Amino acid sequence: MSWETVIGLEVHLQLATRSKLFSGAATAFGAAPNTQACAIDLALPGTLPLLNKAAVEMAIRFGLAVDAEINPVSVFERKNYFYPDLPKGYQTTQLAHPIVGPGHLDIELADGREKRIRIHHAHLEEDAGKSLHEDFHGLSGIDLNRAGTPLIEIVTEPDLRSAEEAVAFAKKLHAIVTALGISDGDMSQGSMRFDVNVSVRRPGEPLGTRTETKNLNSFRFMERAIAKEVARQIGVLEDGGRVLQETRLYDGDTDSARAMRSKEEANDYRYFPCPDLLPVHVEPALIERLRATQPELPDTRRARFATEYGLSDYDAGQLAADTPTAHYFEAAAKASGDPKLAANWLMGEIAARLNSTETAIAACPVSPAQLGGLLQRILDRTISNAIARQVFDALWNGASDADTVIAAKGLQQVSDSGAIAALVEQVLAANPKQVADYRAAADDKKAKMLGFFVGQVMKASGGKVNPQQLNELLTAKLNG
Amino acid sequence: MHDLTLVQMCHGLARRDFSSAELTRHLLTRVKAANPLYNAFITIDEERALAQAAAADQRRAAGDAPALCGLPIAHKDIFCTQGLRTSCGSRMLDNFVPPYDATVVERFAAAGAVVLGKTNMDEFAMGSSNETSYYGPVKNPWATDCVPGGSSGGSAAALAARLVPGATASDTGGSIRQPAALCGVTGLKPTYGRVSRWGMIAFASSLDQAGPMARSAEDVALLLQVMAGFDERDSTCLDRPVPDYCATLEQPLAGLRIGVPEEYFGAGLNPGTERAVREALAEFERQGARLVAISLPHSGLAVPAYYVIAPAEASANLSRFDGVRYGYRCADPVDLRDLYMRSREEGFGDEVKRRILIGTYCLSAGYYDAYYNKAQQVRRLIRQDFLDAFANVDLILGPTCPNPAFAFGAKGDDPVAMYLEDIYTIAANLAGLPALSVPCGLVDAKPVGLQIIGNYFDEARMLNAAHRYQLATGWHQLAPPALAEAAA
Repeated sequence: MSWETVIGLEVHLQLATRSKLFSGAATAFGAAPNTQACAIDLALPGTLPLLNKAAVEMAIRFGLAVDAEINPVSVFERKNYFYPDLPKGYQTTQLAHPIVGPGHLDIELADGREKRIRIHHAHLEEDAGKSLHEDFHGLSGIDLNRAGTPLIEIVTEPDLRSAEEAVAFAKKLHAIVTALGISDGDMSQGSMRFDVNVSVRRPGEPLGTRTETKNLNSFRFMERAIAKEVARQIGVLEDGGRVLQETRLYDGDTDSARAMRSKEEANDYRYFPCPDLLPVHVEPALIERLRATQPELPDTRRARFATEYGLSDYDAGQLAADTPTAHYFEAAAKASGDPKLAANWLMGEIAARLNSTETAIAACPVSPAQLGGLLQRILDRTISNAIARQVFDALWNGASDADTVIAAKGLQQVSDSGAIAALVEQVLAANPKQVADYRAAADDKKAKMLGFFVGQVMKASGGKVNPQQLNELLTAKLNG
Repeated sequence: MHDLTLVQMCHGLARRDFSSAELTRHLLTRVKAANPLYNAFITIDEERALAQAAAADQRRAAGDAPALCGLPIAHKDIFCTQGLRTSCGSRMLDNFVPPYDATVVERFAAAGAVVLGKTNMDEFAMGSSNETSYYGPVKNPWATDCVPGGSSGGSAAALAARLVPGATASDTGGSIRQPAALCGVTGLKPTYGRVSRWGMIAFASSLDQAGPMARSAEDVALLLQVMAGFDERDSTCLDRPVPDYCATLEQPLAGLRIGVPEEYFGAGLNPGTERAVREALAEFERQGARLVAISLPHSGLAVPAYYVIAPAEASANLSRFDGVRYGYRCADPVDLRDLYMRSREEGFGDEVKRRILIGTYCLSAGYYDAYYNKAQQVRRLIRQDFLDAFANVDLILGPTCPNPAFAFGAKGDDPVAMYLEDIYTIAANLAGLPALSVPCGLVDAKPVGLQIIGNYFDEARMLNAAHRYQLATGWHQLAPPALAEAAA
């Protein structure tokens, strides 16, 4: 009998506010240790938290994007535990009254069907600092730059049934929050982290005992950690054992996991409402203002791309999911005047380059305007696709625009039929054997053999000959 | 000069009877001489006080004198003072020099006040006798074998001993009013949210409120005028206009409805205290006020509810004192756990530890509903008692404390007996109401206080009543006998 996997996610999402959740200190990543921690972040005596309204608005935007109820009153609580990177000795978070109530998000399964994943709630909370255990010769360093950074924690119902579904959900979530602009979604910098709750059961039976694997910071690690944990639990159960409720750690570098602490060792966090902060009242007018200014979400954008630009559903989906890519596409489509061509280049040449050089689209050395200029030269037949790749190379390496490159390197396509005819004559004269072979060949072989002459002419011309004209001329000469 | 009230000193400075530098030097001399006896100050800031006084004199000469220009005051050592050690009465913060000023401190600086130093207090404001201070107890100037009350005992004793004409204090469960009563001075705990808590080291955030202490209601009004007002750095501070507290002090009391709660005159009240308070009530009647018998039926639950809520909040508020970033750290910790355990074991005194333990227990899984939640329900009932009462009366009057100052060590072995000294004061904290204490007589040659509880943001009316009472009686002008003898 088969096993069914049951997964619920807790997602920690760092909000893209300029300052922290309860202080004015900056949130930028990568600053020197402890340079972005003010008196409040250091929990100096007498300091008090002041709620960042931008973080509240971002949480509401998220709630609206997943059709969630926005709670008119939410309450910050203190979660008490001691750790050196937790300056106050408690984390300010929300428990009983989160800002975002139940919602849902629809994911697309491998077979194309849609599946609704329920979101239990999402709440606002502050991040802790970082403990640095290396480089201090038996001591630990504490960096409080991240302490107090605003997060929303998004908690799903246990509606996911496989690692693939979990990844599909995570990617969809990533697409939404980046489209909303409420997070940079940069997982390498910890902007989006996943805790996965996994259990297995025989179909139809009650939920099995779950484990929680914490702090997964890539889709791949999440997929592998789930797969590994599912296999482990099935192994335990099939050997007649019991799955223990525990917190686990997964190490992506070694693809291994270990138990961190059991339920019995779990802290009693002694939550209680934070008396330094008033309950957060969200007025209907604020919700309506945010709803009215909500950025376009990937699903809407995908539909629009298909109708507005005549893209296939697949292409529209590819370009609409990631917001920077979508913005790039729209700008390039406009600059070139041919959305379809822009889409092909973006998903082909540019995607390949970005991939191989591990560059984000936002940092693409070729701007949409530059790409548009290049595509226009293809469209007006100044250059061929093959030459266009050369020009693209130059743009990638810092050239200012396509026209300058074409002019400087003399890459304009030869479309003068007299000039092409001269080149053809020259190539045919130099290759009498191939000409004879061609003429003797059966008709169905001729198309393939034509390629040799095309190649020779292109070589002689430096690739600049208009390929369509060349084909026509060659065929006429050889068959004539 | 030191016998003058703040208002009188204000006039003296304005008339150029004396300079701020002269006044400051005179009081500093007294503080230095008296501190070995009373231990009212933890830190005396002579150098900066003299510099502030000189600057104030210059401002006055230039015709630019703000409200308290050149007037010497002292801050309770719970308020953070930039560059000046702020200990909160604890070994934990014996080495702590804040990089910033509390809002209250900023406001007094802006008003031109001269800060003589930081006054002694119970450790982290946890105590009613000043015996829990790491720096040793404050002695009551009326009887040096007796406690001054707490936790703002240093401020109260400094005022009674004529070391300073005005001081800041804080009140979480009577910590302004009880020492004011026991030292024969006037102290006001404002409405919760009236004065910013920014920079005031937290004990129990939902109860803590800063307030002024002085030797007359008029002086208290002057100080409150400076302290009160919105501060966006404290989310619980209310953005409401601040009335002119001095403008309404003289209004007649005819028609004033005074509620007299039966629960405040029951068993446990010292007969001498009761007599003094009843006489005070009679004085209000003479001035045309009407006494109304009222009931605050849940009064008896105030102390138990308080000793759940305050320690619960304190247990979290004091978690930041972990030896990691500032404050006391134990010597040679072997690991993190040892660092935490010994830093807190050695840095905190017994009463603080007791309350952290109580609070931690009350918030623990399985006990939260029985203690914390129940206490919050009681808190709402107590608040409702007052709201019901204030539907029919303008002010509520009664004793501040059941007894005059008690001897050192008298209640040291029995924390509950100590907690019961706050039986009349704590309800106002739970309800968030303003309350003040004015001297209303002597019992066993020691002062006792009359408590005036007002409706929310009704400080002006309370100060008006207290001032009219003080115009008619002289209790607030009595000095401790030792001082009178010294002067004679």
